[in-house]
Amino acid sequence: MSQRDLAIRAEGLVKHFKDVKAVDGVDLEVPTGTVYGVLGPNGAGKTTTVRMLATLLRPDAGSATVFGRDLLTDAAAVRSQVSLTGQYASLDEDLTGVENLILLSRLYGYAKPAARERAGDLLDAFGLTHAAGKQVKAYSGGMRRRLDIAASIIVTPKLLFLDEPTTGLDPRSRGQVWDVIRTIVAEGTTVLLTTQYLEEADQLAGRIAVIDTGKVIAEGTPGQLKSSVGAGSIRVRLHHADQRAHARQVLADALGAEVELDDDPVSLTARLAPGEDTAAQGSQALGELARAGVLVDDFSLGQPSLDEVFLALTNRVQA
Amino acid sequence: MTVTPTDTKSDADAPAPVAKEHLQRLLATGERPAAPSALTSARVFAWRSMLKIKHVPEQLGDILVFPIVMLLMFTYLFGGAIAGGTGAYLQFLLPGIMVMSIVMTTIYTGMSVNIDINKGVSDRFRTLPIWRAAPMVGYLLADMFRYAAAGAIMFGTGMVMGYRPEGGAVGVLLGVALLLVFCFAFSWVWTWLGLITRSEKTVMSISMSIMFPLTFLSNIMVEPSTMPGWLQPVVKNTPISQLVDGVRGLFDGTVDSGAVLTTLIWSGGFIAVFGFLTIRAYNRK
Repeated sequence: MSQRDLAIRAEGLVKHFKDVKAVDGVDLEVPTGTVYGVLGPNGAGKTTTVRMLATLLRPDAGSATVFGRDLLTDAAAVRSQVSLTGQYASLDEDLTGVENLILLSRLYGYAKPAARERAGDLLDAFGLTHAAGKQVKAYSGGMRRRLDIAASIIVTPKLLFLDEPTTGLDPRSRGQVWDVIRTIVAEGTTVLLTTQYLEEADQLAGRIAVIDTGKVIAEGTPGQLKSSVGAGSIRVRLHHADQRAHARQVLADALGAEVELDDDPVSLTARLAPGEDTAAQGSQALGELARAGVLVDDFSLGQPSLDEVFLALTNRVQA
Repeated sequence: MTVTPTDTKSDADAPAPVAKEHLQRLLATGERPAAPSALTSARVFAWRSMLKIKHVPEQLGDILVFPIVMLLMFTYLFGGAIAGGTGAYLQFLLPGIMVMSIVMTTIYTGMSVNIDINKGVSDRFRTLPIWRAAPMVGYLLADMFRYAAAGAIMFGTGMVMGYRPEGGAVGVLLGVALLLVFCFAFSWVWTWLGLITRSEKTVMSISMSIMFPLTFLSNIMVEPSTMPGWLQPVVKNTPISQLVDGVRGLFDGTVDSGAVLTTLIWSGGFIAVFGFLTIRAYNRK
């Protein structure tokens, strides 16, 4: 990939806090115009990495460019292209929603009347007009996130950092934030998203870097990562417990997979081999069970959980 | 008193859905206004400070009531003992106690900066393409308003109690102006402290342990000539004593140009040294 097509190119970023190596040599290549996911557990170094790339923290070692501008020598140019929605609302809680947006619009260079107009438009687009005059401290988590993202696109950034944008949100708010992110990317902004949720990265990101203990331990498309770990599992909950042995045999024959009996006496789980097409296997399994006369109450295709991904990836690193 | 309705936190009044097409239009405008000038960005931050006063007016009460309490307390407590009468003592005390009360409230600036830094909102400010000192200068500009208000209230109270400035209106205005210049400069000590300490409580305890000796070991309450000989040169030459001499001279119509000049030099020094340290700490945070 040529330098020109990269929104971010980071090499060997390191950041220590006292004795802790928060980030320990991170390399990233983020292509423009996509959502790039940085996936990892708490304390993996995601936020520290983002803060360095957003010019908030000075790396102890390593270098990075954002759209070709050097993070250390050309920070002002980097700042004019990026915006950040931090993990904790980057808003003034004492001020109202509309005051926050006017304040930031003025700081982006809008004159007073234009700032007012921009603030009103953004509140409207984010469905927050009714809460415009309320102090941000009275906002719900989902409203706060929206206002925070609205503040990040007062001037459409070329690169938007979203640090765990849905942590702590209820499912509906989470879905809304996802919609917003998709819309922003569709309009040409590159998004670097950190998350603890594999599902979120899977839903949004074109590529994912998995970070653990300050290092990138895997990188690729969501499909590549999942298939490198195992395709996942098929879980079946039967109507009659006495059909379980039969169902186990049917699944084992149909899928050629290992089938385990769960603690729940009506449930069993087939573990699929890496590289298999989960969806196709799922349909096949369901068909075979129906043909064999096994009554099914519940059926689910499980992706490998984040835990499984991490265990698999970290074991590989150590091996 | 502020009342926060608790029902607003529930998702019952959850926002309307995101208007996707509207959002697309806003993103597509691609407007990129020229970055604001240093002055504009500082003024915008000053506006933010004023809004905070509007939403949390208690903080203003603190700054306005405290000076009156100081003035009343010290006049009637020490007047008889030190000057043989409260009227004569008030004449001596008012400029000094005004300096003391207002310089003491400069530590609030450091606490505000520290609270901002710990709250994530400063992450937003620091990724904006604006003059790096703007958030701090904005605070200080709004503080000038508070200090001027506190000064006016103290002066008004003093007049009611019988204070009469020999220097006239011009002298008083120049005296207050000198005080504001010094406060603006001195506040950079606290902005720096606010940036390098962990919590606002630390800012408070460190700044109080500096301010108490600095304001009491001065010519605010008593003439330094009443102090032991070894202490006098120290007390006479602290920046606070020099400021009090300057302000008192202007109020009394006996201008001490040496003290005024020394105060301006101290002010320049504070801005140069602690302004530099503040911006460096801000950039490294």
